[in-house]
Amino acid sequence: MKIDPKTFVHDFQLNICIQCGTCTGGCPVKFRSPLNMRRLVRESYFTENFSSISKRPELWACTTCSTCSLRCPSGVKNVELIMGIRNFLANKGEVPSTIRDALENTLLQGNPWGRFRDRRADWAKDLGVKIFGEETSETLFYVGCAPSYDPRVQSVSTALVRIFQKAGVDFGILGKKESCCGNEIRRMGEQALFKKLAKDNTALFKKSGVKRIITISPHCYNAIKNEYSDLNIPVQHYTQVLADLIEAGKLNLSKRLGISATFHDPCFLGKQNKVFDEPRKILTSIPGCDYIEMERSRERSLCCEGGGGRMWAEGGTEGKRNGEIRIREAVALGAKTLATACPFCLLTFEDSVKTSGLSEQIVVKDIAELVGEAMEVV
Amino acid sequence: MKKQIGIYICHCGTNIAATVDCEELVHFSGTLPGVKIARDYRYLCSDPGQDLIKKDIQELSLDRVVIAACSPRMHETTFRNLLSAEGINPYLLNIANIREQCSWVHQDRAMATEKARHILRAAVARVLGHEALTPRKFGIQPSVLIVGAGIAGIQAALNIASGGMKVTLVEKAPFIGGHMAQLDKTFPTLDCSSCIFTPKTVEVARSRQIELLVSSEVTEVMGFVGNFKTKIRKNPTYVDFIKCTGCGDCVDACVLKKGVPSEFEEGMARRRAIYIPFPQAVPLKAVVDKESCLLLSKGKCKKTCVEACKAGAIDFDQKEEVIEKEVGSIIIATGYDPFDPHLLPQYGYGVYDNIITGLQFERLSSPSGPNRGEILLGNGTVPKAIAFLHCIGSRDENTNLHCSRICCMASMKQAHLAKEKTGAEIYEFYIDINAFGKGYQEFYKRVREEGIYFIRGKGSEIFKRDGRLVVAAEDTLLGTPVEIPVDMAVLGTGLTARRDAERVAQTFGISRSADGFFMEAHPKLRPVATQVDGIFLAGCCQGPKDIPDTVAQASAAAAEVMSLLTRGEIEVEPTIATIDPELCAGCKLCIEICPHSAIEFLEMKGISAVNEALCKGCGACTAICPNKAARQNHFTQSQVLAEVEGLVT
Repeated sequence: MKIDPKTFVHDFQLNICIQCGTCTGGCPVKFRSPLNMRRLVRESYFTENFSSISKRPELWACTTCSTCSLRCPSGVKNVELIMGIRNFLANKGEVPSTIRDALENTLLQGNPWGRFRDRRADWAKDLGVKIFGEETSETLFYVGCAPSYDPRVQSVSTALVRIFQKAGVDFGILGKKESCCGNEIRRMGEQALFKKLAKDNTALFKKSGVKRIITISPHCYNAIKNEYSDLNIPVQHYTQVLADLIEAGKLNLSKRLGISATFHDPCFLGKQNKVFDEPRKILTSIPGCDYIEMERSRERSLCCEGGGGRMWAEGGTEGKRNGEIRIREAVALGAKTLATACPFCLLTFEDSVKTSGLSEQIVVKDIAELVGEAMEVV
Repeated sequence: MKKQIGIYICHCGTNIAATVDCEELVHFSGTLPGVKIARDYRYLCSDPGQDLIKKDIQELSLDRVVIAACSPRMHETTFRNLLSAEGINPYLLNIANIREQCSWVHQDRAMATEKARHILRAAVARVLGHEALTPRKFGIQPSVLIVGAGIAGIQAALNIASGGMKVTLVEKAPFIGGHMAQLDKTFPTLDCSSCIFTPKTVEVARSRQIELLVSSEVTEVMGFVGNFKTKIRKNPTYVDFIKCTGCGDCVDACVLKKGVPSEFEEGMARRRAIYIPFPQAVPLKAVVDKESCLLLSKGKCKKTCVEACKAGAIDFDQKEEVIEKEVGSIIIATGYDPFDPHLLPQYGYGVYDNIITGLQFERLSSPSGPNRGEILLGNGTVPKAIAFLHCIGSRDENTNLHCSRICCMASMKQAHLAKEKTGAEIYEFYIDINAFGKGYQEFYKRVREEGIYFIRGKGSEIFKRDGRLVVAAEDTLLGTPVEIPVDMAVLGTGLTARRDAERVAQTFGISRSADGFFMEAHPKLRPVATQVDGIFLAGCCQGPKDIPDTVAQASAAAAEVMSLLTRGEIEVEPTIATIDPELCAGCKLCIEICPHSAIEFLEMKGISAVNEALCKGCGACTAICPNKAARQNHFTQSQVLAEVEGLVT
């Protein structure tokens, strides 16, 4: 299949680039891969043949954190360009094998790891959670793939269920019927599969009579909130819900934790969706939690490299991973806990703690787990 | 009396004649009602062409003329003047546009000629109904109001005052000078700003022609060109300026020892609640800031300032005053606000020490500034490396799309000063160097020779690593991302419209362009005028400008004002609306729709009436009036309908 470079120029506004390099300068993988966003935009603008550009392995180094697009003074859609080229490759069947597997798995099992669809809600078996179809509720707790299957992230899902139950929040989950939100699928280039997931999920949400959606992952939050075009149901990230519950005095944070914690802003929660204050409100409300701000926080948070399909990509980068840089920054600050609010951040940082041999100095926790501890429900 | 029309058809060389059969039009004209004579000619606007018409007027006693030629925008005035000279009212002329609306836009000669016939028939039908109209004349007040006393307002005020006219110069701040008073040296000549500027501020204070009102704002503008009635609110300073000697004893006595950030020092130093803005301030008087004054904000203070003042100048009972001024013309010179870099959090402004704006650097570098001109870090040490970041809040879709024009040069000048004073390594992060003015490229070369590093890439973010600031960018010429550790970062913050620009625009009835600055009447040919007759613009309130351009524009505005005022009276086009008092029912729909606030309601009579000086003849009232009481001169219903009928017959 051929691609018309003119479509790219038009769709991603390549012709308005002023080549200022703001994108490359802020790119979190700029020293870890040959990816140079500014040059890619220029090459894509002038090329007659996308095949040569699309063969570069560094195209898979992009984490789709969107720092480049958000700062671009000209409004170039850099990240959409990356996704466009990946889409070109996906349509030709030329994506790396690990990515291909993740895409196929999602098509067949509704999750990129290829775990059995029937076992998606196993984690919630003994928690007394309502399941849509059997019971009804106005609030959907959309769990997502990693929090459903990954044993480390399952503890976040469990903590949230117990917090909600204790706070008297009425909610239900979709159980086995839940499928991947498609956020990473779209970012890996499978636009068609994303559209199918968005369509099927939207239909399922509507059929279940859902009036609001709460997500665990900022990635699910982003896709459902911003990229499900026909949804019209309000979506909240769980940190927004917990901050509201604290404000309303409905969370009994009774136990002093005695920790010093810092917070890593997930890209899809913070810079992309401007949820900055809620996680901080929660952490500073936990008794015995000495909160320290990281140097690179909020809009300047350094991407953990877990997004944009990087969880399934191999290679494309070299040198010290951002996760390790982040862990060292947190340790240098004197934090004993690195809190975050994203399953991918949680997994990449836990990995980085191990690879940098700092497990004695610091632990990585999701905010939900800390709240659960303070409420003594986990 | 029988109407005698002369019709003249212009070939315009081949512009019209090549597409429209002009001879045929002459024959056709003969068939139209009231036509005494019809002729065609190669160029009617030429002297022989005009002589031809003159001769006919004299010999054939013509009383109305139709010119079939180019757009009325080109030569309507030419032929109106011709009629006037021959003793015919100029409004008994009509132009049939057979060039722009016919020959230039068609190719088929037969069809173009047919269309020209329709245009001509319409023009003749219309001219039959034309009425003689006389322009109205109004006297002009020989005085000027200038709003804003930065370099633009000051320059205009001095120009006009030296021409012998009265100027009221209104300034919101308690001192004059604006942003120029804050600058250290000026590019590209490196003149000390206050050295070249202080003589001007002093001259303003000395001038008998200039009435200076500081701490004041214009709140209301009524009237029209030549006769504006304005209201100015003089805010209390709680100091009697006649008694105050500017000695500063009150400042030392003020109990607010820790102070509040000084506006003049851009927050780089603190001031007391009673303060003298800076040592060269004009007027050199103490003022009380009512926000920080304990007595005025909290109602409780020992009033040590009152005790200290030997002149007895402090008066906490001072109230705001409203001053009314009648002026013939107004110049708006309200300047700009610097871009607030908090809006771009990636640059860490307000998060880290030693990240400052361009204006803050000016104060740091100024010999009268908080460090007496030494460039030092917050901890008092000399920086070893400094980064200057261009285009912060300019040329950016996320903030302001416009180029602020001065920041490249200001940044390079600051880099030069920093290099000279500290010997630090200096990095300029830029997208393009806009060094467009006289001597600017030469200055750019000079700073390169001084060893300043130019990195072609916009700064993407600033963060802290190992105790130092790190600027992340791409050196786009090498294609390499860079992270450069520095001790100080200066953000080349752009120029934006004033926060209160919309309120000011509404007060004066002027418009703003998409960038938020005030809009000129024509971007090229009327750059200092506004859409409101008699109101002019000077300086950065119209768009970012450097000092030379600001001064030039201010002088241009002054010249416009003087040429208007020396006329003594103004003529107003008679093509305006009138309201028939017999037909008006007083419904006020016309008052609501009038975009120029030119219709008043006469309470006594219960009807509306047009202010002839304010009416621009747009016709909105005529269209909305349910009783057809509003009537537009030269565009009456019968004239327009006759024209339409002529077109469609």
